[in-house]
Amino acid sequence: MLAKRIVPCLDIKDGRTVKGINFVDLRDAGDPVELAEIYSREGADELVFLDISATEQKRKTLADMVYRVAEKVSIPFTVGGGISSVEDVDVLLQNGADKVSINSSAVKNPQLINDLAAKFGSQCIVVAIDAKQIDGRWMVHLVGGKVPTEKELFSWAKEVEERGAGEILFTSMDHDGTKNGFANEALAKLSTELNIPVIASGGAGTIQHFTDTFVYGKADAALAASVFHFKEIKIKDLKEALKGSGIPVRL
Amino acid sequence: MKIVIINYGAGNIQSIKFAIQRLGHSAILSNNVKEIQNADKVIFPGVGEASSAMHKLRASGLDKVIPELKQPVLGICLGMQLMCNSSEEGNTKGLGIFDVDVIRFSNKVKVPQIGWNQISNLKTKLFEGIREKEHIYLVHSYYAPLCNETIAESEYDLKYSSALRKDNFYGTQFHPEKSSDVGERILKNFLEI
Repeated sequence: MLAKRIVPCLDIKDGRTVKGINFVDLRDAGDPVELAEIYSREGADELVFLDISATEQKRKTLADMVYRVAEKVSIPFTVGGGISSVEDVDVLLQNGADKVSINSSAVKNPQLINDLAAKFGSQCIVVAIDAKQIDGRWMVHLVGGKVPTEKELFSWAKEVEERGAGEILFTSMDHDGTKNGFANEALAKLSTELNIPVIASGGAGTIQHFTDTFVYGKADAALAASVFHFKEIKIKDLKEALKGSGIPVRL
Repeated sequence: MKIVIINYGAGNIQSIKFAIQRLGHSAILSNNVKEIQNADKVIFPGVGEASSAMHKLRASGLDKVIPELKQPVLGICLGMQLMCNSSEEGNTKGLGIFDVDVIRFSNKVKVPQIGWNQISNLKTKLFEGIREKEHIYLVHSYYAPLCNETIAESEYDLKYSSALRKDNFYGTQFHPEKSSDVGERILKNFLEI
């Protein structure tokens, strides 16, 4: 049976993890490779690296990091953040990334999804969608929720699927950072309307939130950052609890 | 041990190279016929689309070379699928090593299947030391149905072949190089065949 996936997300700046990550046993809290190895050992099913650096050397630094992670880590990982061309993706995949995630560049140039899917296959193209509710409608936003667009979540998600995305990473900006649970109603609608996997993101605070997003949100995977980084939830405890609730997980 | 990963321009092969390194061996990437024929072990990877991958194999003559290899060969993911008779993906003929036709999952399930599924009914030395129902990582939209050459099965939509074997040829639908400790053991087993 296909297991539900638990996906820690790491923010990367200039090849280093950012935000205070609370791993006491870590020699170097900024080293993405060491963190990735720890999460892999603890039972993470997949990792997402989100690059937030904006330097000119960004591409090379990120490619180097991808290479170093792939060298050491034997679980799949996705890389996102500022990817805007076929060449960008080619470099990341050649260096060992399993998937790439695109967001703003897909909104600005939807044809990019078709081009990437045709060249690399749908299986490695994740489209990330950030959305929040405005007057009862889920509207797609850019730049971490700061810039609204004209696109509506569900129609955009459908278009993204039709253009060849292999997976959707949906972050509710209304839930992100609140630790009050995932946007399960919207997630369930996405999961029912689409025929590709949906990764839930934004709002994880407790183990129950994960259970709910798999049961009520019909999510295929759940992504979180701070609850894992600050050890509020241990992945092993989380997976055992999920298994206890009858949710298939890899233990 | 001389390990060659066939490099015909299909997908992420860096990860396989790294996985072999983690096992204490080294592998070279090559599309050179002599080098492939002289290897002790051959790994035939593949990520992408079946008909264009077959096109690349034909263009380099590897479509004739691979089925004639005598040493252990491991096809991974699309590599395994290309070793079958045909694939529905782009309606292409395959290398005809495994006597089975690759078809697409129905829309009753999400396609592609992405993530960790279980393997069972494990046969051959490839799975030595691996317990039934261990999880392995896979990403695919097409599958090989169960057949005489099935040596592991998984269930998604229906039961299908998660690994195949004929003589010196092995194929896994899953990615051992991305399947954590379980995958590492399977790769190690292959290198010891």
